[in-house]
Amino acid sequence: MTATKAWLRERSELGICALLVVLGVLVLTDAVRIPTDFAQRGPVGPKAVPILVGSLLLVVAVMLARDVLRGGRGEAESGEDVDLSEPADWRTVLLLCGAFLANAALIGVVGFPISGAILFWGAAYALGSRAYVRDPLIAAGLSILTFAVFNNLLGVPLPGGPLMEVF
Amino acid sequence: MEQLLDGFATALTPTHLLFAAIGVLLGTAIGVLPGIGPAMAVALLLPVTYGMEPTGAFIMFAGIYYGGMFGGSTTSILLNTPGESAAVVTAFEGNPMARKGRGAQALAAAAIGHFTGGIIGTILIVLLAPFVAKHAVDIGAPDLFAIMVLAFIAVTSVLGASRVRGVASLLIGLTIGLVGLDEMTGQQRLTFGSLHLADGIDVIVVAVALFAVGEALWVAAHLRRKPFVPIPVGRPWLSKADLKRTWKPWLRGPAIGFPFGAIPAGGAEIPTFLSYVTEKRLSKHKDEFGKGAIEGVAGPESTASASAAGTLVTMLTLGLPTTAVAAVMLAAFQTYGIQPGPLLFQREAGLVWALIASLFIGLTLLLVLNLPLAPLWAKLLRIPRPYLYAGILFFASVGAYAVNADIFDLLLMFVIGVLGFAMRRYGLPVLPAIIGVILGPAAEQQMRRSLQLSDGSLTGLVNSPMAIVVYVIVLLIVFFPLIRKFLPKPTPPAAPAVEREKVDA
Repeated sequence: MTATKAWLRERSELGICALLVVLGVLVLTDAVRIPTDFAQRGPVGPKAVPILVGSLLLVVAVMLARDVLRGGRGEAESGEDVDLSEPADWRTVLLLCGAFLANAALIGVVGFPISGAILFWGAAYALGSRAYVRDPLIAAGLSILTFAVFNNLLGVPLPGGPLMEVF
Repeated sequence: MEQLLDGFATALTPTHLLFAAIGVLLGTAIGVLPGIGPAMAVALLLPVTYGMEPTGAFIMFAGIYYGGMFGGSTTSILLNTPGESAAVVTAFEGNPMARKGRGAQALAAAAIGHFTGGIIGTILIVLLAPFVAKHAVDIGAPDLFAIMVLAFIAVTSVLGASRVRGVASLLIGLTIGLVGLDEMTGQQRLTFGSLHLADGIDVIVVAVALFAVGEALWVAAHLRRKPFVPIPVGRPWLSKADLKRTWKPWLRGPAIGFPFGAIPAGGAEIPTFLSYVTEKRLSKHKDEFGKGAIEGVAGPESTASASAAGTLVTMLTLGLPTTAVAAVMLAAFQTYGIQPGPLLFQREAGLVWALIASLFIGLTLLLVLNLPLAPLWAKLLRIPRPYLYAGILFFASVGAYAVNADIFDLLLMFVIGVLGFAMRRYGLPVLPAIIGVILGPAAEQQMRRSLQLSDGSLTGLVNSPMAIVVYVIVLLIVFFPLIRKFLPKPTPPAAPAVEREKVDA
C-alpha cells in the first residue's frame, strides 16, 4: 500500500493527465449532443472543432502519461519569491483560497469595502503577517480607498453594501 | 505622417498627457514589485480603464506597458531575480554591476537603452505598420487561419522545455475558448445550461486568473521565508567612459529585437539573449562579461524595448498576439468592441495614431521620470511579501468582479486560478493557454469561413501561396527535432543555456 502511494506521489503529474482526459471526455460528450440538423451554415458545423479539440486532449493525455511513466517531469516554475527546496506549504494555500472565497461569498452581502478588507487581511494573515493592529488598518484603508477611487473617480461601480449607505 | 501629427495632437492634450504620465508611473511601480511582470501589471491595471473612453485608456496602456517592462529590469538588476522573461538576460551583467557598487550606472544604461530601443522601434512601427496593414487587408480567411496555426505551433514548440506540456496548455486554452455560443450558428457549447457560461468566459477573467491568482497561490505554496535583500542605489548616471561603451549596443538592440518581436516566437526572450551574445563578441572588454559589463545591460535592454514595439506591429495589423502582454492588450481592445487587425488602421485611424504618438510620449516620460525616481523605485523592492501577494489577490478580485459586476466571475477566476497553480507546479507554460483562449475562437471562424468558400473541400485551406508558405514553416517547426538528427553536425550550444522559459506573469 505504501509502495503504491510512494509510486503515485512520485508520479503525481499523472493527475494532469487525468484532468486532460476529463476535459477531453467533457468536450466530446458536449459536442456530440449539439444538434446540427438545423441552422447549419457552411459545410463545417459547430461540432467539428470541439471534436478535434476533445480528441487531441485525449491524445495529449496519453502522450503526457507516457512521458511521465518514462521518467519525464514537468519543471516547477521558479521565481523571485519561490523557494523550491521546501515542500509545498498547503496550509498557506488553503487559507489563501479561503480568504479569496470569503470575498466572493460576502461581496454581495456586506459590500466591497468590508469583503475586500477581509480578503486582504485574510490573505496577509495566511502568508504569515501577524501585525494585529497594522494589518487590519492597512486592509481597511486599501479597501475603502480602492472603493472610492473606482466607484467615484473612475466610474467603475463596486457594491457599497450597508456600510456605504450610512454616508 | 499627417495622421501621426494628428495622433500627437490627440495625445498631447492635458488630459491624455496626464493619463500617459499616470500609466508610466503605475506601470513602473507595479512592474518593479517583485513577482509582477508586465503581463500581470497590465492585467491587474485593466479595471482602472473600464470607465474611460478608448483613446485615453490605450494611451494609459502604452505607458503601463513600457513602464512595466522598465520596472522588470530594475528588479533584475537590484535583486538578481528577473520578474519576467525579457529581463532574464539583464540580470547576467546588471546584478554583478550592482554588487560592485555600479547599480546606478546599470540602471542608467537600462533606462536609456529602453528609451533608445523603444524610440527606434516605434519609428519602425510608424514606417511599417500602415504598409503591413494595407497589404494584410487583401489576405483572406485561409491565410489568416494559417497564420494562427503558425502562432499555435510556434508558441508551443519554440519555447519551453517540453513540447507535450506546451500542447497540453494550448488545448486547455482552446477548451476554455470553446465555452459559450457558437459565433456562426448561435448554438450552446460547453455551457451546461448556465446563462453565465452562455456569454463565454471573459478573456480578462482568464488572464487575471492565470497570471495573478495562479501566481499568488503558487508563490504562497513555496514562499521564500527570507526574501532577497535589494542592493541600495543612488541616482542613475553615466560617465563618459560608460557612454562610449554603451551607445553602440543601444543602437544595435533594435536590429535584433524588432524583427523577433514581430514574429510569434515568444517575445523578448530569444532576442535579448542573442543581443547579449552579440555584445559579448563585439566588446573590447570581454573579460568583464559575467562580472558586470555595461554592454551586457545596454544591448539586451534596448533589444527588449524594441521587441515590444515589434510585438505591437503584429498585434495591431494582424490581430495576432505574440507575447503575453500583447495577448492581454488584445483582450483589452476587445472589451471596447475594437478588433485589432488589417482594418484597424482604416476604422480606428484616430485611435491607432494617438496610441502610436503616445508611445513616443510615454517613452520620453519614462526616461524623464524614472532616472530621478530610481532610488524610490528601489525602495518598493522591500515591500513585505504578505502585503504584496495579498494585494495581488485583492486587485485581481476587483478586476474580475468589475468586468460584469458578477460574483460568478470571481468563482470562475478561482477555478482557473487553481488550474494556473497546477500548471506552474507541473511545468505547463501559461502563455500557450492564454493564446489559445484568445486566438481559438478567431481561428475556428476563419477555418469555417474558408471551408464555406470552398464548399467543404479541404483544399480551401491551402489555396493561396501565402497559406502554403506558412504551412511549410509550420511543418519545419513540427519536424525540426527529426530534421536536426539528419543534420551533418549539430551546432554545439554557443553559450550557457537561457534559463528555462518563465512566462512573464
